[in-house]
Amino acid sequence: METGLVLLLLLAPFVGFLTNIFLGKQLGKNASGYLGSLAVIVSFVVTTVFFLQVSASKQPITVHLFDWFTLDSFNVNFDILLDQLSLLWLMFVTGIGSLIHIYSISYMHDDENIHKFFSYLNLFIFFMITLVVGSNLLIMFIGWEGVGLCSYLLIGFWYKNQDYNDAAKKAFIMNRIGDLGFLVGIFIIGYVFNTLDFMTIKQAVLAGEAKANLAWIGIATLCLFIGACGKSAQIPLYTWLPDAMAGPTPVSALIHAATMVTAGIFMITRLNFLFDLTPDVQTVIAAVGVATSVLAASIGLMQNDIKKVLAYSTVSQLGLMFLALGLGAYEVAVFHVVTHAFFKACLFLGSGSVIHALHGEQDMRRMGGLKSVMTITYTTFLIATLAISGIPPFAGFFSKDEILMVAFHKDKVLWVLASIASIMTAFYMFRLLYLTFFKEFRGTEEQKHHLHESPALITLPLIVLGILSAVGGALSIPGNSWLNNFLQPVFAHKAHAEHHLDNTAYMLMGLAVVGALIGIGIAYSKYIKKGEIPAEDDQITGFANVVYQKYHVDESYMRIFVKPIYAISKFLRDYIETGLSDIVFGFGNVAEGLSLQGKKLQNGNIGFYLFAFVFGLCSIVFYLFFLR
Amino acid sequence: METILKEIGVETYLYLSALLFSIGVFGILLRRNAIIMFMSIEIMLNAVNLMLVAFSTFHQDASGQVFVFFSMAVAAAEVAVGLAILVSIFRNHGSIDIDNLKNLKG
Amino acid sequence: MGQILFYILATITLGTAFFTIFSRNPIHSAISLVVCFFSIAGHYLLLNAQFLAIVHIIVYSGAIMILMLFTIMLMNLNKEDESHKSTASKIAATIAFCLLGIVLLAGLLRTKPVVESYFQSGEDFQSIKVLGQVLLNEYMVPFEFASVLLLVAMIGAVLISKKDKQKEA
Repeated sequence: METGLVLLLLLAPFVGFLTNIFLGKQLGKNASGYLGSLAVIVSFVVTTVFFLQVSASKQPITVHLFDWFTLDSFNVNFDILLDQLSLLWLMFVTGIGSLIHIYSISYMHDDENIHKFFSYLNLFIFFMITLVVGSNLLIMFIGWEGVGLCSYLLIGFWYKNQDYNDAAKKAFIMNRIGDLGFLVGIFIIGYVFNTLDFMTIKQAVLAGEAKANLAWIGIATLCLFIGACGKSAQIPLYTWLPDAMAGPTPVSALIHAATMVTAGIFMITRLNFLFDLTPDVQTVIAAVGVATSVLAASIGLMQNDIKKVLAYSTVSQLGLMFLALGLGAYEVAVFHVVTHAFFKACLFLGSGSVIHALHGEQDMRRMGGLKSVMTITYTTFLIATLAISGIPPFAGFFSKDEILMVAFHKDKVLWVLASIASIMTAFYMFRLLYLTFFKEFRGTEEQKHHLHESPALITLPLIVLGILSAVGGALSIPGNSWLNNFLQPVFAHKAHAEHHLDNTAYMLMGLAVVGALIGIGIAYSKYIKKGEIPAEDDQITGFANVVYQKYHVDESYMRIFVKPIYAISKFLRDYIETGLSDIVFGFGNVAEGLSLQGKKLQNGNIGFYLFAFVFGLCSIVFYLFFLR
Repeated sequence: METILKEIGVETYLYLSALLFSIGVFGILLRRNAIIMFMSIEIMLNAVNLMLVAFSTFHQDASGQVFVFFSMAVAAAEVAVGLAILVSIFRNHGSIDIDNLKNLKG
Repeated sequence: MGQILFYILATITLGTAFFTIFSRNPIHSAISLVVCFFSIAGHYLLLNAQFLAIVHIIVYSGAIMILMLFTIMLMNLNKEDESHKSTASKIAATIAFCLLGIVLLAGLLRTKPVVESYFQSGEDFQSIKVLGQVLLNEYMVPFEFASVLLLVAMIGAVLISKKDKQKEA
């Protein structure tokens, strides 16, 4: 029964993928979209069944599918592990995935390759499920690579634009760098523990068997963190995520905001018992997380592309999650992942709705005044913006506040930096909101005539996600956290959670809200009261330009890494390879020359052959009788 | 049973057959007529047969002579086929001069 | 007595062999080869291999040489029309002959010390009776194969020398 359900969970999106890719053209546009959505909804329903079962029984479900391979004493089984963590992840992967699929039916309706789009989305969901439910690192790696592939395919979905293709390649290559780290980490863990199974490793760690290999485990966790950096867009591998906005907006919402980029957090949470052993690596994670958060938020301040702002906001929020991971507050990070998935998906889909209404316009300077036309989009967008800014009682407030609280207890510096990041978040999110929806419309006349609220298939997911963004915080209310209790069995140590809500906690909450309000206030005074519009590209000067140009990080990477690699490759190609091929071809040429000469001996003259034969015979006899 | 080996020893036979063999090789190298070359091959075969018989008698083992017997059978077969080939070559080329046959040229 | 006989026979063998390869006329070559074969049969008799001597005369002098003579006559080769080889190749052939002869003789000479002296046990090993038993007991399978070989050779010879009917048509 369970095996069947697990297979249904896994294979429903895969069947959707196969059907769409092979039969999509014949099925027609609508059928293809509904089929893809149905596949994911099936997975969602199955997940819900499992979720209810596990939350009642509190026992993780493991399903043995088959033995994958055995090397001496090293076994890898293809097992499925459905515990609290993976089910929680599955809930929002398939749940938000379903919503975004439904949304895409309408959003992508005019695209000629819609069947391809849905097949990729389904494939992505399949790999994401694989990543989440795998019971060992290798299955997780399959999913990890698979979602990377789908991300590449979907970023470059509009492949006729070379910039988009470059963005896709960039994302893929950046991910590969991280994947190498992940792979090395897997190897080291396999070497140290002689298994890749999460449960077995956990038992070994809890039994204290890992103490002797702390150095190796430290390297392994660092490598895994590099992998997480690649997938979850942390410094120094974050630059692909803003570029990934080249993909269709539902893709940005699904992959590059809600699900795939949280894979790194999932992986670290899954292996929390290992990371707990290596405090130094945790410090690194926290530092990288907070640095990414501040840096991305500051870049987000100056962006004018609606999706770019959201992308940097995503990077910034991911940084906050990594901060929480680095501080050992895994459940807090997971909580923020969930709430972030709600409101960021909502924001992206909302921006998609706006872009849809404006026929592809993404520049906020050409928007404005959409509030009255697009009421539903505006309302949900507002809720999500409030949530991400950390205004109570919306979802983001609770999760972000918990991160700040943990940071405050561990290290004041981290708390200050994280607070700055969240104030900046509040500012740029409201900047986005004001520029997009308030004042009067700044686009062309033609666009103005066509302004319209999006159809129901687009607004329905928005409403659902808006509601979730509003009430998502209820998952983990400070002092009485359902989420913490639910996730407790996953973690090796005692959860932080049971905050005794003392005065410090209330003060911190107050400070966070005040900070958010300050950010909002600045945005209000700048863009509503003074009615400023961000300057055109060529009028931005000074430090602002540096920030607008994303601190020239891409250019530096180009100069520091890409150009030298090009140079080395060119050198290898022009000199080493030609040299090598000269040698290799040289052998061939010598052999050919000898053969051409030797061919002349074969002149068909039998008499000559006989002479050669007799002399050969003489030589053999001579050798046998006289030389030996 | 008296044999010649008591008087002259087996090595004289070896020299004789070695010389006979060399003459056969000489004939093959010297002549261009395929029939004569065939005869030379027969001479070489007989040189070997002679040596086999000499050793058979020397070791007083019948196997050597049986081997000669087989060798004769093979020689007969070879001559039959070889001459047939020669006849067919002669029919096609009008000559059996070995230097005119260059179909083996690579 | 045996010694003198051996040397006379050896001289005839080598002499006729030389005549075979030097003779212009293929017919003469064939005739002298027949003589050569007879002398080899004489050697077999000297070595007490009577059965082989008879078989040799029948097969070689009788069958093979007659076959060759017929072929020569069929091809009308009894003229001295063979074009001569170049002097260079004649010299090369002579050198090769000398070389091979020297190498073989020298090789055999070097083996001499190893050969143990001849010892006659008096056991009967080469009468027709014994040979027949050896041939049909120990060497039964090769014997049958030889017969198959001869059959195949016969069919093959017929096939090859048959005129190509398609070509005629």
